[in-house]
Amino acid sequence: MKAMLNKLARQPWIFSFAAALAVWLITIAHTGGQGAGAILTAALSFATFTIIVGLGQMMVITTGPGNVDLSIPATITLSGVVAMKVMDEDTGRLVIGVVAALGAASLVGVFNYALIRLLRIPPIIATLSSSFLILSTAISYGRGIRIKPPEPLAEFATARLVGIPVMSLAVLAISLMIGLVLARTLYGRSVLAVGQNSNAAWLAGLDVGRTRFVTYVLSALMAGVCGVLLSGFSRGAALNMGEEFLLASIATVVIGGTSVAGGRANVPGIWGAALFMYLLVTMLNTFGASAGVRLVLTGLMIIAVIVAAGGEEQR
Amino acid sequence: MNRRLLRQALPFLSLAIVLAATFYVQPRTMSYFGLNLMLQYAVPIALATVAQMFVITVNDLDLSIGPFVGLVSCIGATLLFENPSLGILALLSLVVLYGAVGALIHSRNLPSIVVTLGLSFVWAGIAVMILPSPGGKSPEWLKALMTFQMPVIPFPIIAAVMIGLVVQLALMHSSYGVIARGAGGNPKALSRAGWSMMNTKIAMYMLAGVFGVLSGLALLGLTTSGDAHVADRYTLYSIAGVILGGGEFIGGRVSPLGAVVGALTLALAGSFLIFLKISPDWQIGAQGAILIIVLALRALVTYGEQKR
Repeated sequence: MKAMLNKLARQPWIFSFAAALAVWLITIAHTGGQGAGAILTAALSFATFTIIVGLGQMMVITTGPGNVDLSIPATITLSGVVAMKVMDEDTGRLVIGVVAALGAASLVGVFNYALIRLLRIPPIIATLSSSFLILSTAISYGRGIRIKPPEPLAEFATARLVGIPVMSLAVLAISLMIGLVLARTLYGRSVLAVGQNSNAAWLAGLDVGRTRFVTYVLSALMAGVCGVLLSGFSRGAALNMGEEFLLASIATVVIGGTSVAGGRANVPGIWGAALFMYLLVTMLNTFGASAGVRLVLTGLMIIAVIVAAGGEEQR
Repeated sequence: MNRRLLRQALPFLSLAIVLAATFYVQPRTMSYFGLNLMLQYAVPIALATVAQMFVITVNDLDLSIGPFVGLVSCIGATLLFENPSLGILALLSLVVLYGAVGALIHSRNLPSIVVTLGLSFVWAGIAVMILPSPGGKSPEWLKALMTFQMPVIPFPIIAAVMIGLVVQLALMHSSYGVIARGAGGNPKALSRAGWSMMNTKIAMYMLAGVFGVLSGLALLGLTTSGDAHVADRYTLYSIAGVILGGGEFIGGRVSPLGAVVGALTLALAGSFLIFLKISPDWQIGAQGAILIIVLALRALVTYGEQKR
């Protein structure tokens, strides 16, 4: 039992869950136990979106130092706009809308990797420049967009099963799949190997370029899924719908215990971190904190968690 | 050698091309007044870019510089205006705080991206607490400085050249500058040679803080009132400016003059796009396109350069 506890305490994701639990307990202590379940349900639904993009960002960051996808917010917006426009409130066009949105998102991934590879520029600059282009495309394509999602999509995004959002169950399935891919498939193992040492991975005969290519497309695809679901959830696409996910996607990855230096991914940590971030805001709201105090405390908490979780060992 | 020279000239060439294109599209800008108007907002951007460059020199990245500049503009428009000595004290403690963040990042070997990400919330939060909505007033001397009418040559050009030259001399031609860049190039070798990595990082972060403060004050002198979110875009601008100017993310390879020129190019590109009468939808996109084109040119130039 003690050995098990010790092992548990050494898991890098335990920090994020402990932090989430602590914040939740403080919140319900403040409300006197009122709405404890409702808060959790809300946290699960809102955290779902962060988890989706967090998983994509995690894969990208795991492929090695310097790899990060800054185009996630723009891609979320683009896919949301494309989905709403193609579906055009018509349930019959639901599938084609999803396909179009995810297709557009994958193209973004291909474009991102092409920039990184052909221009040999750091991914942070490549995805930053492409995000400008994507955002403009979304703005121009979605001019004055006021289209509601088809009913089934909205229902799916807000449906609950014994208090648990159905969407979060779907995302749980995706998370398990990604965990499985990382642990058991050639591609997943390659991602870890490339992240640990891309030269060694290349010498061992792995296709470093293809691994990174697939990863950037995967990240864009996840942003696409997030965009479609989010526009169903919030009853329509908005041009700023992706904004908050830039910070959120990176913060969840790091707070969740994934190595920023690459080579070590952590799927459960993404869940803990996303729940923590949402519960933190809920806690500050129930305390009636002003916008400024909320921002400062959110920032300090992010810094505190990363300090507590510890940095990378010196290499 | 030739390629290296070409590579160093590239930021200047890019600026010349954007400038020429702007003159071509809108010949009236080719005047004292036109240049003054187009380039005045380049001064705070250039200062923020230099701040970012100091952090990049030691292989870190500062995602908080935009909100920090906004915070400085808020402090400048309130505290500094009402009670100068208290305002100066507040700004100085911000610089010290920046140094402390550098020390924290180094001592625990934390990822700078995440720490500065968290920090960006902190800066924005404090700024919103000081000034919940845009307002306040710029101190007169700041306004006077930023709207200073130089004879013959517009003030923004002089200011940009001065900033670039001073930092270039300090970072590229002084012995301490070599150490600072060495901290990015080969930290292990540097600490084995007896230099303190900790002190170097603190110094670089504090310099970033100083230039962030200067950027915020310069911006305040132009806008004449404080706004917490006035500079949110500066984070991206500053990173792009450093890269456009020939800097690299790792290895302490930076160019102060290049960074200033990169910032000018970005600022000019904004005006150029407005003169082109491009639909506002595509303004951001076109800026991304310009970034990609310049980087593509650089990739072409360095294609044959030996990989180090």
